[in-house]
Amino acid sequence: MSNPKGATVIVVGGGVSGLSAAWWLARSGVDVLVLDKGIVGWEASGRNGGGASHYQSPLFAEEQRLWPLMDEMLGYTTEYQRGKIVLATTEGQLKHYKYVAQMFTEQGSPSHEIDRQEIRERVPMSGDNILGGVHLTIAGQANPQRTVQGYAWAIQDLGGRILQHTPVLRLVSEGGKVVGVETRDGILNCDSVVVAAGPQSASLLAGIGIDLPIAAARAEMIVTEPAPMMAIGAVDGNGLYGRQTKRGNLAYGGGPHEWLDVGPSGPSARPGSPLIRNLTKRLYGLFAKAPSLRVIRSWAGVIENTPDGRPVIDRIDNVTFVTMSSVGFGLSPASGHAVRDLVMDGKCSFADLEKLSLKRFDGLDKDWREQKGWVSRSETL
Amino acid sequence: MTSPTIDRFSITGKLPHAKQKADIVVVGAGQAGVAAAVAAAKGGASVLLVDENPVSASLMGLDTPLYFGGRMTRAVDNKARMIEQVFASDPQLEEAFEAGVEVSLGVYAWGAFQNGPGMAAMPEAAIGLADEERSWMVAYKQLILATGSRDLSLSFQGWDQPGVMGANGLHALIKRYDAFAGNEVLILGSGDLALNTALMVVEAGLKVAALIEVRDTVQGDIGLADKVRGHGIEILTGHVIVSAKGGADGVEQATVVPVGGGDSRTLVCDTVCQAIGVVPAIELFNVLGGKLAVRSDLGGHVPQRTGAVSTALANVLVTGDCAGLGSLDAAAHGRAAAALALAGIAGQAMADEPVAAQAPGLDAHAYHTDWMAALLKVGDDSIVVCQCEEVTRGDLTAVRQPRYLGAPSDVAAKRDINSLAADGPLNQDQFKRLTRACMGQCQARRCREQVALILAQSSGVDVSKVPLAGYRAPVRPLPMSVLAADDEPAALTADWDVWFGIPTQWIPYQDIGSDREPYHIANLTDTI
Repeated sequence: MSNPKGATVIVVGGGVSGLSAAWWLARSGVDVLVLDKGIVGWEASGRNGGGASHYQSPLFAEEQRLWPLMDEMLGYTTEYQRGKIVLATTEGQLKHYKYVAQMFTEQGSPSHEIDRQEIRERVPMSGDNILGGVHLTIAGQANPQRTVQGYAWAIQDLGGRILQHTPVLRLVSEGGKVVGVETRDGILNCDSVVVAAGPQSASLLAGIGIDLPIAAARAEMIVTEPAPMMAIGAVDGNGLYGRQTKRGNLAYGGGPHEWLDVGPSGPSARPGSPLIRNLTKRLYGLFAKAPSLRVIRSWAGVIENTPDGRPVIDRIDNVTFVTMSSVGFGLSPASGHAVRDLVMDGKCSFADLEKLSLKRFDGLDKDWREQKGWVSRSETL
Repeated sequence: MTSPTIDRFSITGKLPHAKQKADIVVVGAGQAGVAAAVAAAKGGASVLLVDENPVSASLMGLDTPLYFGGRMTRAVDNKARMIEQVFASDPQLEEAFEAGVEVSLGVYAWGAFQNGPGMAAMPEAAIGLADEERSWMVAYKQLILATGSRDLSLSFQGWDQPGVMGANGLHALIKRYDAFAGNEVLILGSGDLALNTALMVVEAGLKVAALIEVRDTVQGDIGLADKVRGHGIEILTGHVIVSAKGGADGVEQATVVPVGGGDSRTLVCDTVCQAIGVVPAIELFNVLGGKLAVRSDLGGHVPQRTGAVSTALANVLVTGDCAGLGSLDAAAHGRAAAALALAGIAGQAMADEPVAAQAPGLDAHAYHTDWMAALLKVGDDSIVVCQCEEVTRGDLTAVRQPRYLGAPSDVAAKRDINSLAADGPLNQDQFKRLTRACMGQCQARRCREQVALILAQSSGVDVSKVPLAGYRAPVRPLPMSVLAADDEPAALTADWDVWFGIPTQWIPYQDIGSDREPYHIANLTDTI
């Protein structure tokens, strides 16, 4: 390591995936440095539904194993709560949610249908329009904003470093190997690098000849004032995802997204739209007995997706890269573990990640975004 | 760039056109707004003038949009009567009607949306409106924001009880609503705002207990100060309020002390009116993505203007106090906005006047900072800053997690404002996330500015360097039943997905590439 300001491992991107990776590396005693263009967790990592329930992922078991331990492992509160209820207002939704419950059960999270009587008891704000629902017993939610700061502080507590407001301009390679990253203050050297820069990962990796196909989009959420507490706060459905926070607020999203072109320095704006009226309509449908509950805020986050919507967690030489394809917060305790394993051992120790490798996109058409209609109709952010 | 293929789960083409349209929408029926609306209507445009007054009693209870401090009479419960009262209180509104302006009173403007960076989904520029029953969108060609100002509030022992209120709130209750429930008012501040507030109280036949000023001299116009003193009212300079004490109905007395220390005095009053300052009401401009400037001479965060009333948003004009506080001819300013809006509709280029040099006003940040410093000195860390979330001064600087999460761990307890400052310039939104200060139902109306002031003073930076805690729609706290869309297009309903509508995203990992894939795809293609 030629530059004392660098580190053995530099993590580019202080979103939740990069932070968790750095935390796992720091836990293994690795000299790690996280660089972020702004404040940690400031993009989609701190602007999401807080769900921690991803049956589809090879990281699911590790996700569910770790969450109940996270407060103690980090030393900071994540507001993790176990259990999830999904309610349907249409027959189509009910059919879909029963399928989802079956998937959870198959993956080791016993889940079952609940009747209207149980729904009334568990969700007193729900109305007669609820046709049915499911209870996912091993699933959950946490507070994204508190969790990202917890990761960051935990990294520092372990001796890792975080440089905020330090955008990485490019990866610096010599002899086919990345030897550092360039910032506005010069080059920081490293032995290996983790790229976890969200939508900006594509341009960084393109600079060293790695083509990571991702497209960014904006999604919106709304928040109400505090409502009476429910025993299981992760009640969603009716086409929404979201949760009741431990303070009582209802924070929910869903519905259409807007595809964007995000420049190398990240989103310069996260505008909202009148879609918040439609989100509110759905939320009111979920909690029909709370008509006077006030919507007090909304927000929008910018997230990236791969063509098949699945993560890429992979390593080429000394470059490890991760995009969770718009589903990263809940899986972060496990994704960080996987990235740590890739960096240190070249292989994930607890799950097969073969199907998440980049090579599945070999031969992808250059105009894949156009083919899917995943294109921006506004100017580059 | 356009594409023949449209992702059916994207927002492209999904948002409906507004059912109501106007060439020009003016928000705010103060002097500038009415003058703009009248001039625009006389110029031949269809004009909608909306004003949220009278606001509902329940919003008043949340100190929204002004700091009413619970000092309204029961008269405000009757909205229909209040509409008559508000209309009667302002002869200008009659003039607007006669000029052909469509005037909507008691209507909240909760958001404004148009295409720009990162947004191409709007079928047209539109403003979100609501009354007590429903919300709707109105399309506009030109938007004139004349949203005025809102109250600055600062904390002291006992400020979180009925009877502590803002100067704008008091003005509205006395002049516009005829519904002020207090009798004897202690006024904080001695600038023109405070002096005019004192004269208004006297004119209404009520008593002023005194004016309190932390600086050593009266800050406002000497002539005004003489008038105030002429009514036998004391202006206590070099003093600060320590506490307000009261009972079930709120404030009954207040204690003040000399800033440098000395004997305290207790003054009988049922109202403490904070007339230290007001803040330009920039919520809608911020929601629109308009660029802001920090101008202490204009009251703090203000729209960045390219002329007297124009902004970088070509079809958005700002006029009156929301453009920046100061002594300007509000009516002329409003008419200038109307002229530009009319030219914009006609597609004519029209040069805006340069930003007028205004009489140097109070250096707002310096003045607010002096007040906050004096208040911090005489009050301890247990004083609540954010009333909605019960966050104290001490919680804020300790970056303490909310009490409902229990005691922080040992390592978490070591973290404080210095931890965040060490990692970069302080950001108010970061404190909001961690302590919940500014997260409440009042949408941070009562604490936004003072949190910034406390962060600045606790970390030794100038308050102008603390980034604004941003505004998001809805900028009024609206009931779900009101904000819920009643005009959702069938395509939006039909193509609604909980996330991106990518079926392959949700296939269980071990089934990827297996013969179960078609089964999953079939189940995951249903829209919900």
